[in-house]
Amino acid sequence: MEQENKQLADIADDGVDRRGFLKCMAWAGTGLVWTMSGGIPVSRAFAKSIGKENKSADLSFVQISDSHMGFSKPANTDVIGTLKSAIDQINGLGTQPEFLLHTGDISHLSKPEEFDNVDQILKSANAREVFYVPGEHDMLDDGNGKAYLDRYGKNAKGAGWYSFEKRGVHFIGLVNVVNLKAGGLGSLGHEQLEWMEDDVKHLKHSTPIVVFAHIPLWTVYPEWGWGTEDSAQALGYLKKFGSVTVLNGHIHQIMQKVEGSVTFHTARSTAFPQPEPGKAASPGPMKVPAEQLKSVLGITDVNFLKRNHSLAVVDSTLA
Amino acid sequence: MRRRSRAMGFAVSLMIALALLAGAERSVDAQQATTPEVKIDNFSFGPASITVPNGTTVTWINRDDIPHTVVSSDSAFKSKALDTDEKFSYTFSKPGTYSYFCSLHPKMTGQIVVR
Repeated sequence: MEQENKQLADIADDGVDRRGFLKCMAWAGTGLVWTMSGGIPVSRAFAKSIGKENKSADLSFVQISDSHMGFSKPANTDVIGTLKSAIDQINGLGTQPEFLLHTGDISHLSKPEEFDNVDQILKSANAREVFYVPGEHDMLDDGNGKAYLDRYGKNAKGAGWYSFEKRGVHFIGLVNVVNLKAGGLGSLGHEQLEWMEDDVKHLKHSTPIVVFAHIPLWTVYPEWGWGTEDSAQALGYLKKFGSVTVLNGHIHQIMQKVEGSVTFHTARSTAFPQPEPGKAASPGPMKVPAEQLKSVLGITDVNFLKRNHSLAVVDSTLA
Repeated sequence: MRRRSRAMGFAVSLMIALALLAGAERSVDAQQATTPEVKIDNFSFGPASITVPNGTTVTWINRDDIPHTVVSSDSAFKSKALDTDEKFSYTFSKPGTYSYFCSLHPKMTGQIVVR
């Protein structure tokens, strides 16, 4: 036990040892900085001066998720306004992101005007480009996802999976919201998995990997469908890499998990929160007092420091 | 003699009224039996399983605050995304057991048994 304690000693000198870190995993606080350093997570007392700390970040991007454009119910009757607030938040960051990652449920009902509205609002973000993966709400057109592909899938395969590289970091966008089976969870499917295996085959083990998909790629809460049936196979292809970051959405709250060299992270929504697993009858939109809404919506800022091989993931709320 | 006939008249009227009422109730039941509804709410189908005679039209109505779909596991029927208060109907023309689910939230499942 003593030996174990020594190994789990306070790495960051801020009073949080690895065991404490693991306990903190599900905390949805604001501005918590998780830094992956050589595969070992190091927590730092958060500071809104993340911009100052990461002036020398080699790569900076922001994840937003679940904008549900078109939703208008008591949980949030102004998803346009809250998405605009998220963009203001992004534009106010110390380090401007090079691009945005939208992890799906861009629209609420896959209507053209819903996609148009999001496109329009995201134009005012100080980021050069936006990369997307679809959520199940983006596959509701008559073409079962053709509307999404026509807009966002120009360089993608199948239902919209693809990969790209930025400053030596390899990004993989996966689609786990099609061909869902009754009683099941999210699903990647054989064709996509084969593509992924091939995609990472020749990459050096030292290449940092970022995987992004809508539904969590680990089993957060199966009763509510919060998981992906065949994600283990996908993660198996990434075993050789020293740093893997998985970014997901769908559950409208922050959940984090570290497993070896893989850090899993889900983002808040910019539209409405959902209850914690099992804390409500169903995972639907959760109403909070109007003045609290912005404090349960948010963005995720990610900064990559090449020399440290570290990825800092910072969540912040809209208020 | 008059009191008795009045009482009789009253009893007959009462019986006729009751018969009419029973008849009315029966026809309401019959109506519910021929146009059954499945309510979608709280990420579930209710009732989760119903049994209907062949030829019945079943109507699903979404009372949840999030869209859902109704998709049969054997491709017999498939609704578009139903927002709150939107409906989908399907007329069953073949006996059998039809399992269905919501393609957005596949944990939601239901069953229509057609006799």
